[in-house]
Amino acid sequence: MSTLLNISNIDMVFPTPKGDFTALKNVDLQIKKGEFISLIGHSGCGKSTVLNVVAGLYQATSGGVLLNNKEVSKPGPERAVVFQNHSLLPWLTCYQNVELAVKEVFKGKMTGQEMKDWINHNISLVHMDHATDKLPDEISGGMKQRIGIARALAMQPEVLLMDEPFGALDALTRAHMQDSLMEIQDELNNTVIMITHDVDEAVLLSDRIVMMTNGPSATVGEILEVNLPRPRNRITLAKDPAYNELRAKVLEFLYEKQRKVEPITTKTANTKKTTKVA
Amino acid sequence: MSPLKQTLLNLNTHAKTVLLPVIGIAIFLFLWTIAANSINTSLGKFPAPSSVVTQMVNLFDEHNAERDKADAFYERQEVRNAKRIAKDPEYVPKVRTYTGKETFLDQIITSLVTVMSGFILAAAIAIPLGIAIGLSKGLNTAINPIIQIFKPVSPLAWLPLVTMAVSALYVSDDPYFAKSFINSLITVTLCSIWPMIINTSVGVAGINKDWDNVSKVLSLPKLKHIQKIVLPAAIPSIFTGMRMSLGVAWMVLIAAEMLAQNPGLGKFVWDEFQNGSSASLSRIMTAVVVIGFIGFLLDLIMQKIQYVVSWDKASAER
Ligand SMILES: Nc1ncnc2c1ncn2[C@@H]1O[C@H](COP(=O)(O)OP(=O)(O)O)[C@@H](O)[C@H]1O
Ligand SMILES: [Mg+2]
Repeated sequence: MSTLLNISNIDMVFPTPKGDFTALKNVDLQIKKGEFISLIGHSGCGKSTVLNVVAGLYQATSGGVLLNNKEVSKPGPERAVVFQNHSLLPWLTCYQNVELAVKEVFKGKMTGQEMKDWINHNISLVHMDHATDKLPDEISGGMKQRIGIARALAMQPEVLLMDEPFGALDALTRAHMQDSLMEIQDELNNTVIMITHDVDEAVLLSDRIVMMTNGPSATVGEILEVNLPRPRNRITLAKDPAYNELRAKVLEFLYEKQRKVEPITTKTANTKKTTKVA
Repeated sequence: MSPLKQTLLNLNTHAKTVLLPVIGIAIFLFLWTIAANSINTSLGKFPAPSSVVTQMVNLFDEHNAERDKADAFYERQEVRNAKRIAKDPEYVPKVRTYTGKETFLDQIITSLVTVMSGFILAAAIAIPLGIAIGLSKGLNTAINPIIQIFKPVSPLAWLPLVTMAVSALYVSDDPYFAKSFINSLITVTLCSIWPMIINTSVGVAGINKDWDNVSKVLSLPKLKHIQKIVLPAAIPSIFTGMRMSLGVAWMVLIAAEMLAQNPGLGKFVWDEFQNGSSASLSRIMTAVVVIGFIGFLLDLIMQKIQYVVSWDKASAER
């Protein structure tokens, strides 16, 4: 199959008060239609920056992004984003949050009734029918993230971009969400780029895992093909040697090849400067 | 915990919310009485709480008396006109309006109408302008110095200018609004517009980056972006600004009415001061209490409206 999304030799330089900061150097990645790609790397390496460039929220300093061989320069609903912090509008109900997107993307293409059905269909897809009329503040973090995903899916994007969509959730909810996402993916076969820092999540969900080197001047380090058959089941996979080997490869990349050389803490008195380890 | 203990605890929290303010007010009234008794002015003793209560009743009675007079006047007029028409069917009856003295209650109504008009005019200008400033860094840089300079100007400084400008510009043989009303209104607007502009623009400029990104990904057109994202997002700060502005408006209005002899509570205070009767000071003190009480009520009403309108219930409880 041909390339749907071509991330072509991107450099990203941020001007900062202390001078230019090269976050990305020569990031190059081609993604086929229907592929599920995970971007993994240590915190602060530049994963979100890549996603923001693809989304059109950042403009690459050099290089560019082609979708269906057309250069993208600004954000658009054909590249829907699921943000890390759900980013639902708190003054709209779950239904209205999805509706805002559907009305904008499908105005003139769907009748009022078709829109209603489409909104409800997408809310069902993420199993949130019971909360359509609730405000975001009245539902849990996992539920908010589900609605965020429903909103993105409802745009029928060509590429779905997800920035650590489950990063803020507890482990159990995260596992539920991963299973839901796999289920949806089996049905819709979207093209997805998902940022994660969770090795299991990456192996479980992806067709390919793109591992990024540490910044500054971060770039694509290695790409790992995940040829595990679908549908995948986390429990059977846990004992699968192929799965464990893939997992080991990602771990090896992150903790041996791209080991973060930051001391945990230099002085015990300096409690404020705790170092994050991915 | 035993039910009895629980009841006592509940009682305790109730007592705190009711009893403590009551104690506070009681102590205040006591101190006020003592202080009032030891201040002797040329118009008699400084008014104590008790004289405020007396005057409150008096002012209300005077209002009713004045209303009765007005009713009697209109009744006489009607009877007179009816008689003349009976004599001469061609006669076109003259209807005169009663021109009695404005009572305390009339002055309160006048002040309330004026403050609301000035405040609404200010909001109608400030909120769109605040949104525009919040959305555009350039506009903000251009307008900010003007805001900072005019914000601290006292109403007393504006008033002569406003009066002269209104006299020059608002010329009509049969004006729909009295000039004094326009003067007060514009002074109120000029002084109360700034907190709303500033808070609205700060709220708009500080919009959550994620919500802005949602709008960008959806490629919402500019107007829809403002209507669907910016305005709701800024509602809590807009209300903060409106409540500050209404407080300023009320404060400014009383001063403007006093200085310019415009009808309203300020004029009532000034007239009583000029009057210099033995009851004057207690009547002024009554006005002070009423002014404070109305200011408090206005903020309470704004808070209730905010609670209904705003999605951010927490910010409406402050
Ligand atoms: N708008 C920006 N201005 C300046 N520096 C930025 C900006 N956005 C990101 N960076 C820097 O770029 C690097 C990569 O950030 P990011 O893409 O958010 O990392 P990740 O998502 O992998 O944790 C970080 O060092 C960050 O400080
Ligand atoms: Mg990130």
